[in-house]
Amino acid sequence: MGIGSDLAAAYQFLVANQDRFFELLGQHLQLVVISELLAIVVAIPLGVVATRSERLRQPILTAGNVAQTVPTLAIIALVYPLLGIGFQPALVGLFAYAILPILTNTITGIEDVDESTIEAARGMGMTDTEILRKIQLPLAVPVIFAGVRTSAVINVGTAYLAFFIGGGGLGLWVISGIRLYEMSQVLAGAIPGALFAITLDTAFAVAERRLGGETLQDGSTVTG
Amino acid sequence: MIEFDNVTKVYDDGTVAIEDINFEVAEGTTTVLVGPSGCGKTTTMKLVNRLEDPSEGTVYFDGTDISELDPIELRREVGYVIQEIGLFDHMSVGENVATVPELKEWDRERVDARVDELLELMDLPPADYRDQYPRELSGGQRQRVGVARALAADPDVLLMDEPFGALDPITRENLQDEFLDIQEKINTTILFVTHSIDEALKMGDRIAIFDIGELVQYDTPREILRNPKSDFVRDFIGSDRTLKQLQVTNVAEVMREEVPDRYQGLVERERRDDIVAVSPTDSTQVALSRIIGADTDALPVVDGDRIRGVVTEDDIRQKRAVTTGGV
Repeated sequence: MGIGSDLAAAYQFLVANQDRFFELLGQHLQLVVISELLAIVVAIPLGVVATRSERLRQPILTAGNVAQTVPTLAIIALVYPLLGIGFQPALVGLFAYAILPILTNTITGIEDVDESTIEAARGMGMTDTEILRKIQLPLAVPVIFAGVRTSAVINVGTAYLAFFIGGGGLGLWVISGIRLYEMSQVLAGAIPGALFAITLDTAFAVAERRLGGETLQDGSTVTG
Repeated sequence: MIEFDNVTKVYDDGTVAIEDINFEVAEGTTTVLVGPSGCGKTTTMKLVNRLEDPSEGTVYFDGTDISELDPIELRREVGYVIQEIGLFDHMSVGENVATVPELKEWDRERVDARVDELLELMDLPPADYRDQYPRELSGGQRQRVGVARALAADPDVLLMDEPFGALDPITRENLQDEFLDIQEKINTTILFVTHSIDEALKMGDRIAIFDIGELVQYDTPREILRNPKSDFVRDFIGSDRTLKQLQVTNVAEVMREEVPDRYQGLVERERRDDIVAVSPTDSTQVALSRIIGADTDALPVVDGDRIRGVVTEDDIRQKRAVTTGGV
């Protein structure tokens, strides 16, 4: 069987199981969007705290690193005794996995703000909070945004694993397809996810350029 | 206005930045702190807006011990310009200049009016520059914005840490000249740090020369050139001390308003456009160089359209002889 006929078969499979497809895609999107939003809400403040407290910095970074180093499946396994199986444990796994890129970029973005810019701000009588709010965070936005982009794109791929603990999503077709040696089902699950990841990445890239356009005018990188 | 009383600053790692510094900056004057790198001049300046605090001794601001003032409030009353400028790249030029007035919660109209006024003063027409972003500007323009930003809330004191140090020589010279003009308009007490003795002589009413960690001489530019207190100061001024003296002496001080007979011709000829002349505010160094350049022994002094008198090579030489004589 050639690639062409595989693709044709996958398309037929998708059309024949349209309702099921949209259900799985919906679950997949929910997993990605909710876990990503949670990660953003948690990682950015954590990153800010890490830049402001020498004492908390290392524990925060270690936690972020561990969450990313431990395989998602292992995280899911660890969550299993607490939350059982289903959508929620899957969400927790994806959330933990999505934190690190946002966390490190938040820290880098804030710490890469030019020392002289900070000194000027301090010399003009800004408090630490004002420096953070008016200078460091706005200047770090493009870098933080890049972290969210990386994290979100990875998240789309990782969400395929949610199937293993009954979290649903497109992983159901891909993994059961592999077991059944049903190539059309595997592709019908995999290709939409790939397209979703690419679309997401492109959308972020466009938004990033807009953002850069507003804040830096010439679109050069923050460090340039 | 600002007084340093037996001030010593030792950093946490044990480095003695300055030791037992005493001097006073008079209101409305420009005092230049000058010395080699690592001599403590920047540290001394940072004591004024409490970016550093003294280890011993007291700094007084308008008679008040500044350690009793709230650093945040104090810094909003003290303008601050640094060599790296430190403009906020995510804010427009107008927003940058508005920073301190915004912190002080001026109302919108007052802030806008002040921003335009300052951009005008710094020769950056507001209509063209207010909405630009710092990255679109040249180095010289950026530093103009930096100075405008520091002056925005009409500070009593302006601190400038090598403000023109990173600019090319031509831009630097232009900005120095413009700043001298601006200085006359604003009547702010200025503390200016530089490592260049030429810049110090040009900008300062008073100059504080620092050797490593200590203040070795605090005087007017002329007094420093006339009576360097130590070999260090003499070396620091350099071997062209005579030329520098000419630099700090204006034509107005040596010119003759009553033109001697033998130079009458010079004054009459002056009505032609192509004749070489000097203005009363030019330095005697400029005058001497033009005299030599024109291969003559005197030049007419012209103030706008008016002939004010003549300046002669002999007068310049004599004036120098008088000042170095230590009168």
